[in-house]
Amino acid sequence: MTRVVVAMSGGVDSSVAATLLKQQGHEVIGMMMRLWSEPGSEAANRCCTPDAIAMARRVAAQLGIPFYAVDARQIFRDVVVQYFMDEYAQGSTPNPCLACNRYLRWDFLLQRALTLGANYLATGHYARVAGDGSGKIQLLRGVDVQKDQSYVLSVLTQEQLRHALFPVGEYTKPQVRQLARDFGLPVAEREESQDLCFLGDKDYRDFLRQYMPEVEKPGPIVTRNGQQLGEHRGLAFYTIGQRKGLGISSLVPMYVLAKDTSRNCLTVGKEDELGGQELTARNVNWVCGDPPAETIRVQVKIRYKAVDAWGSVSPLGGSRVHVRFDAPLRDITPGQVVVFYERDICLGGGIIEI
Amino acid sequence: MSTIQRTYLDYAATTPVDQRVLEAMLPYFTRDFGNPSSVHIFGQRAESALETARETLAAGLGCNTDEVIFTSCGSESDNLALRGTAFTSREKRGASHLLISPVEHHAVSHTCEQLARHFGFELEYLPVDQYGRVNPADVASRLRPNTAIVSVIYANNEIGTINPIAEIGAICHERGIPFHTDAVQAAAYLPVDVQALNVDLIALGAHKFYGPKGIGALYIRKGVDLLATQTGGGQEFGLRAGTSNIPYIVGMAEAFRLAQSERQQRVERLLPLRDRIIGRVLEEIPRAQLTGHPTERLPNHASFVFEGVDGNALLMLLDVYGYACSSGSACKTGSPEPSEVLTALGQSRSWALGSLRVTLGINSIPEEVDQFLDILPEIVSKVRAI
Repeated sequence: MTRVVVAMSGGVDSSVAATLLKQQGHEVIGMMMRLWSEPGSEAANRCCTPDAIAMARRVAAQLGIPFYAVDARQIFRDVVVQYFMDEYAQGSTPNPCLACNRYLRWDFLLQRALTLGANYLATGHYARVAGDGSGKIQLLRGVDVQKDQSYVLSVLTQEQLRHALFPVGEYTKPQVRQLARDFGLPVAEREESQDLCFLGDKDYRDFLRQYMPEVEKPGPIVTRNGQQLGEHRGLAFYTIGQRKGLGISSLVPMYVLAKDTSRNCLTVGKEDELGGQELTARNVNWVCGDPPAETIRVQVKIRYKAVDAWGSVSPLGGSRVHVRFDAPLRDITPGQVVVFYERDICLGGGIIEI
Repeated sequence: MSTIQRTYLDYAATTPVDQRVLEAMLPYFTRDFGNPSSVHIFGQRAESALETARETLAAGLGCNTDEVIFTSCGSESDNLALRGTAFTSREKRGASHLLISPVEHHAVSHTCEQLARHFGFELEYLPVDQYGRVNPADVASRLRPNTAIVSVIYANNEIGTINPIAEIGAICHERGIPFHTDAVQAAAYLPVDVQALNVDLIALGAHKFYGPKGIGALYIRKGVDLLATQTGGGQEFGLRAGTSNIPYIVGMAEAFRLAQSERQQRVERLLPLRDRIIGRVLEEIPRAQLTGHPTERLPNHASFVFEGVDGNALLMLLDVYGYACSSGSACKTGSPEPSEVLTALGQSRSWALGSLRVTLGINSIPEEVDQFLDILPEIVSKVRAI
């Protein structure tokens, strides 16, 4: 019998993951991180409300497994939320879920799981792990390509993957829901969580206004050739490729092309000016542990829900890479994470540079 | 998980119902199910059970039967005692000053905070020493003619410290100020003779002494006037409306009777075990402190703080190893706020967050306590390493 800690959220996926592990005969312990609380809007924070904790506890009770909530609010705020805000302050568009996986789920929580004598930490992510035959662990896309979450796990190292289990990665979402119904789990019909857990029902812009009012710093909206078209409300409120809400009048639709933090300038242009065929990325993690020796052909995702694009990745030394796409891509966004795949194998990824 | 040995060391949280208590209760669910307010024979039987139970409590408390009322729990008793007396004291003599210790159970402190915040009372906290004890002299110096009620916990749930209730009571009596004590923890092991204790009100909860949950009692000295907070039928001398919960009242009475008659042997059995826990923990675990008084404490209660330990992680790990304990700062949602009681004792955050409470009871046997003590140092150092 192997002792496995399951990171439970009170949602369908992690509840089914816990049930599957229990059925496989493991000694299962449920744990949940309390990540965020904001007075007044506690109910709106999907992932870790007292309500979600109660639901996870209920599922655990039904399975007859112990369940513990651990407080991670301080570290979540210091690491994930701070990163989210810093990146916006620098004109980037971050994806805090990757930071959360890296520093919270697969470090803070994994450490606690190991302390409890567990061999594995399991989550409800749609991804898979497999040995590559030479002692390394591969991270694979989930069987359900619509739901695949290997993107947010591209930050994991071999050491973390050695302790990782993703029980629902072998199933499609409809299958997981059906399993939840078959198991009689009270969470079977719970809605999917969207957006960032700590935003609650707020827009990220409202969150930024509340927590870092200094981002409300108006500046000019200009075209590439320097023509001023209007005024923006603060660079953080815009993303690359955005068309709506620019508040400028123009004969043709205009899109956000770039954000220049040094001049506090939002550059816009026509659709055909948008996009590019290459990028550089920093803080690249290679899941196998080492960067490739030379340029490799890969499939690339430039954001979580992006479709794969073909391209070539060349190591630049350090933890940086250069990526050249076979065809131009519309919205390469600094701060987002670029992830590389070889078929189903997630090779790793890094943060798109400005 | 079901295969490992489970050791329950959290009797201050709650206790299992004694088999004898359960058996006393059972007929009143089905056979003698009547409503004591009814005229017919079913009602008479229920009423007789109710009044017999009241006599049992009165005997243990050393009071008259019409000075005991049944409530739904210790918290309700505290609420009624404080609210009821506060409102009456203000109405009758314009008294609006509430004087309580900073180590009260939330049933007392939150009630008084609400009275202060929403009902215009003035709340004052007494000082306590490093063990969480109230000095009677501090009560004497803070009593005012307009003090509505004084409340000091008999024995604290978190740190086990016993307060000098009789002395405090004597001072209050001298000045004619109503004095309440929360004896919810204490009643399991300490005498609750209200004459010896000089109290006007005393709150009890059955589930701390092997009775069922959902039943409590309040002693109200004759002449102490209080306003009912739950109104309706005239049950419990008009002080607590609601159909009497006969099976639970019978269970509480039986549990209370057993607690009185077996007190001596229960205390004698647990006291050495408690002292073994305290001795070994302080000897074998570095950077450990006892919280609460070393001797003036509940005989089943050992509580500690460990520097640099996450109390919640400690409880979790202990549970995984099969030991059910508690912690002052613990909360099942994982809130890491240090407890108000430990803060009142002057514990710093880095110590107060690492609290552990081990409380013994009927099924605590020396072998299991030793096994627990054998493994505890290793578990504490594991948590320190996180």
